[in-house]
Order: sequence, then C-alpha cells, then structure tokens
Amino acid sequence: MATLPSVINAASNPLALAADWPGNFWLHLLVFTLVIIGFVFTTVVIFIWFERRLVGRFQIRLGPNRAGPFGLLQPVADVLKLLTKEGNTPKNGDKLLFWLAPMVAFTPVLLVFAVIPFWEGATLVDLDIGVVYIIAISSLSSIGIFMAGWASNNKYSLIGAMRDVGQLVSYEIPLVLSIAGVVLFSGSLSVGGVVAAQDIPFILLQPLAFAIYFMAGLAEINRCPFDMVEADSELISGYNIEFSGMKFAMLMLTEYSEAILLSVLVTTFFLGGWRGPWLPPVVWFIIKVVGVFFLIDWVRFTLMRLRIDQVMAFAWKFLLPLALINLVITGIEVVLLPDISPWLLMVINLAVMVFLILTWARMFKPGGKKVEA
Amino acid sequence: MTLKTEPFVINLGPMHPSTHGVFRMRLTLDGEVVVDVEPVFGYLHRGLEKLAESRTYKQNFPYTDRLDYVSSMSNGMAYAMAVEKLAGIRVPERAEYIRVIMAELQRIASHLLAVGSFTNDLGTFFTPFMYMFREREKIVDLFEMVSGQRLLYNYMRFGGVSQDLPDEFLPALEKLVRTMPGYIDEYDQLLAENEVLLARSKGVGVLPRDMAINYSASGPVLRASGVEWDVRKADPYSIYDRFEFKIPTAQNGDCYDRYRVRIAEMRQSLRIIEQAMQQMPAGEIINKVPLRLRPPAGEAYARIESTKGELGFYLVSDGSDKPYRFHVRAPSLINLTALRQMVIGCKLADVIAVFGSIDICMGEVDR
Repeated sequence: MATLPSVINAASNPLALAADWPGNFWLHLLVFTLVIIGFVFTTVVIFIWFERRLVGRFQIRLGPNRAGPFGLLQPVADVLKLLTKEGNTPKNGDKLLFWLAPMVAFTPVLLVFAVIPFWEGATLVDLDIGVVYIIAISSLSSIGIFMAGWASNNKYSLIGAMRDVGQLVSYEIPLVLSIAGVVLFSGSLSVGGVVAAQDIPFILLQPLAFAIYFMAGLAEINRCPFDMVEADSELISGYNIEFSGMKFAMLMLTEYSEAILLSVLVTTFFLGGWRGPWLPPVVWFIIKVVGVFFLIDWVRFTLMRLRIDQVMAFAWKFLLPLALINLVITGIEVVLLPDISPWLLMVINLAVMVFLILTWARMFKPGGKKVEA
Repeated sequence: MTLKTEPFVINLGPMHPSTHGVFRMRLTLDGEVVVDVEPVFGYLHRGLEKLAESRTYKQNFPYTDRLDYVSSMSNGMAYAMAVEKLAGIRVPERAEYIRVIMAELQRIASHLLAVGSFTNDLGTFFTPFMYMFREREKIVDLFEMVSGQRLLYNYMRFGGVSQDLPDEFLPALEKLVRTMPGYIDEYDQLLAENEVLLARSKGVGVLPRDMAINYSASGPVLRASGVEWDVRKADPYSIYDRFEFKIPTAQNGDCYDRYRVRIAEMRQSLRIIEQAMQQMPAGEIINKVPLRLRPPAGEAYARIESTKGELGFYLVSDGSDKPYRFHVRAPSLINLTALRQMVIGCKLADVIAVFGSIDICMGEVDR
C-alpha cells in the first residue's frame, strides 16, 4: 500500500538509529538487553501502582496512598515484603518443576521484547520474521504456567493450569489470523516493517482485526473477563496458589509483563508504534502503551468473568469466524483494490466490522442458551 | 478413541473466599462439571441454642445479633416478638413504627450486600460491590445514630426499642429515601442488561416452583421461583398490615431472578419506610417490663420476614427466668438445603454463582 498518504509523520525520522547504534554489534546487544530489562521491570512496577490507583478511582475509593507521595512507593513495599517471605515448596509437589516454573513463565515474555522497536532503529534485533517470532515465543509462557499448576500438587492449581492450556490453544488461532490481516496490509513480517507501513494506524484500516486481537490477547494473558486461570472467586488464585516469596513475585511479574506485552503489541501492530507528530517517538510509544493498558484495566474492573465453556465457545464460534472473514476481506482488498483511497478503505472496513459484529452477536448469544461442553 | 477419565473430589472451603464464611462443599467433579456435592456444615457452630438455655431472656438478646450478623435488627425484632408473645407484653405504637423502619432499612442493607457479593462471586473485581457499599454505609450510619453500633446493634428490647430516634435521624432517613431509588437505578443501568451477567446467571441454578416449596425455601429464593409468599403479607405481624407494598416475584427461579427479586424488594422496602415515616406517631417507645422477666409456662413461636426469608424463634418457658428451649428457624440453613438440587450438572464456576445467589450467612446456618 505504497499509495497511503502520510498522516502521522514521515517514516524517515531524524531520531532514527542505525542498526548497530552505538557502533558495535556486541555493544548494541548489551545496551538494548539492558534497555529491555530495565523497561520491563520499571514499567511493571509503575503499572502495578497505576493499576491500583486506577482501580481505586473505579471503585470510588482512594487506592494506596500511604507509602510515599501518592503511594508511589507501594510497589517497592510490596516487593520488599515478598523478598522477605519464606519460599515454601509443597511437600508432595514436583520440586524441580516448582522451582523452574516461574522462570519458564517469565523468560519468553522478556524474549518477545527483543523485536519491539521503541523508536525507529531502537530495537535489539529487527528480525525479518519478527511477527512469526512474536507469535511463537509469546505462547511459550503458558508452559511455565502449566508447570506451576502441575508441580504444586494442588487440585485448584491443576484446574487453573488445564484451563490455561485449553484457552491458549483456542485463542491462539484467532490471534494469529487477526495479525495475518495486518501483515497482509503492511507486506512485511518484520515488526519494524509493520510500523513503517503504518502511515495510517492499522486500527483505522483493520478495526475488526484490532478488536479480535485485543480480545484474544486478553484471553492469552488471562486477564478479565477471561481470567479463568486465576478466577479469584472459584479457584482462589489458580495456578499460583501454592507459591510464595520471590517465586510468587516472579509469577506476578510474568502476569504484569504479559499485560504490558499485550499493550506494546497492540501499540506496535495497530496504533502505529512509536510514530506520532511533534513529540519524541519514545514518548508516543509510552503514551500509547499506557492508553492500551488503561483499556485492559477498564475491562478488568468492569466486567464479570465468563464461564470456561463460554470462553471456549467465544473463541471458536465468535472470534474465529470473524477472524477468517476479516482475513479474506483483507486479502481481496490488497489483491484486487491496491489503488483504492485509504479513506474509502477505512469506511468500508469500519462498516464491515459493525455489520459482522452485530450479525454475529445476534446469532451467538452467550446468555441465550446453555452451551454444551 | 475415548480417553479414560475419572471424577475427582475437590474441597471447596471451609477456607475459601467465596463461601461467605466457613462453609465446605465436597464437590465431585468430572472435568469442570459437578457430579455430586456434599455440603459440610458446622465450622461456625457455637452451641448458641444450648447456650441460650442457661442465660436469662434479656441476656440472650446480644446473641441473636450474632446469628445473621448482617441483619441484626431483624433478628432482634423476631426474638423480641417471640418473648412478647410468650409473656404477653404490649409494644407502644411508636416503637412498632421504629421497628418496621429498622427492619426495612436492614433489608436494604442486607440485599445490597447480597447483590454486591453475588457479582463478586461472578468475578467482578469488587466494583459493583464497592458501589453498593457506598449506600450500605449510609444505612449503617443511620443505625449508628440510634444504637451506637455499626454491626451488632442490640437495639430492640422487650416491649419496644432501647432508645428514641435522635433529632438528626429523620432528616437523614428522609434524604436516604429520596436518593436511594436513583442509586438503585444506577445499579440497574450498570448490571441488569450486562451481557456477561446474563450469560452467567440466566438458566443457572434453577430451583423449580414445586421444588422450592418442597424444600420449604423462603425469602427471595422462594419468590424468585414464582411463589408469591411473604410473611409480611401471609401472616402480617407488627404493623405491616397498614402499609401498601407489593411482593416482587419472578418466574424462572434461576440466579438472575434471585438477583432481580432482591433489587425489586429494595424498592418496596423504601416504599414501606416512606409510609412509616409519614404515619409515625409521637409517644412512648418502650413499655415497662420487669427487670427479671419470668414468662408464664408455655410456648411461643414468632416469625418475621427476615432479609433472607422466614426467621422464626421458638421459645418454651417453664416459668423461670431462662428459656427452657430456644430454637431458631434460620432461613439461611433451610434455603441452603436446596443447594444440591441447584448445582448438580452445573460447572464449577456456577457452583459459586448459585451459592452467592442464595445469600446465606454462616452465623445463621451453624448457630
């Protein structure tokens, strides 16, 4: 889609970095590894504070406000508390897996950040198959969650872990299919290429894919209303029920870094990544990430949890057909109408989305009839 | 190929955030589907009924608050009525009105808690719960004005109530009655048509009409199954025959209907409070009762429509100052017996929803 006019800014950015920015390949690797680790850890800490203040506002109360100004030190206090706690291992659990699980869960999340551009050129490595890499790696952390549930030797954990695997298998398909639409439009599997193609953010050109990706992503990272894995009111805390101390902290870290990862991926694939007028690219990037994170929290604090069969039915009966239709329509648009005005395309795709979602919502009612497992 | 599977047993409770106290269910699950459920009571058993036999009638009063500790006012009213029936004590007009106002306020407070924790059981992260606690707080403030307590009021007395309403009470109550319908509308806007709430609660935990009667369920559980039965109308006590109000019912007997009935009952309670405020006369609030009450030998049963159903106190006197027998007909316990009927065949998540929709209080179940 080379004909798209640039509505955000030109792709050639004065702040763009060279591929091996500080001048040396190994130095580049070192610097960006530190940047990614720093980014993930600091954003997790800040977002935990942000979420807790936010939920206070949602629930007409104040939220944490004792530790430091505006309760800013609350995450620090939480981490210190967890550090001093005893790490308990269940007696009849699988000790090796129990020890390994938090790391197996957390590492893939960190790995995905390797291909995310924070601004042009500011990425650890811009793989040519970056999108495939993201899809492949990001689902690996479910193995860690399943390990955690299995190794705890606890029935609640096991139910949570089994739900997680089932959910992952179901939601991976619409997730991938919705990204396929984005890839078709950008004509590139590299994450940098996807961002570079977004002269108009793909949320406007691919609204349906955005909706599907966001919902499937929520299910992937086990956030409300698809938080079957944790399900406070049923499974108490699901897979992490037996964990304590730093192992628990690692699982919490996984959970929040996954939420941040979803925000980052939505930003990169649909909101134009680091691109935006006037402000420095990295500021735009962070603004968009915070915006998506706010959306995730908004859903979490408003909606109820679906039942496991409804969650599954939602993936297979609602998201999957829509994702397939979206892919076909996108393919037709890319192949047959390469020169169409993007503004017209926007209107068409928006109309298609509204029509499809309304039709499907009429046909598929989670509350209408009992869905058989 | 069929996989070989076997059901497994999971202990839901006694320490579980959604069992509303210390209740335990031994669930037999086939995957996520409930095959069998065995409720285990008694973790909160305090021997209250036996304890009451060694205390005087007056000393027993605070214990009744601790039965269903989220509707202490109703409990006190029922116990006072039972003793008044036993000893033939009359209650002044004004005290009757105050009692009715308190009981109805308590009903609103308890239903707010019930609906709030029901949505919590469905998995909202405390948001509706907090909204409902905002209004419950105002009611608890009113109770604090009259009794000095916020949970266990110990406000009712034989032959009346302990203190007259303070000056600031009626204006505050008037304000509450004026604003409350708006808040209930707000809950309806936020919850009633919520697709996820409908999906999770419609057709879940159905208690058919005849089964509800057979289990002798009462309160919102019974009325949601389509039986228009309310002690306030069926066997009017106190001064309930003077007020105009409807008995809200629903037809399907599922979790959603129970939720709707509770919301509708709050509106009716407000109507009653409004009428009581207008009709309330001035005068005495308590009749003289001997300090050491010795009712004549005999027995009495008084029942009221408590927040959770028919709450009855059965007292037997042998002429001494202590009850010979003290029995509580606890609506929570009797409604809970229908649990098995409702949850078999449901998913694990539905068990929690059904359990929340019955609205029990373990203090009353185990006594």
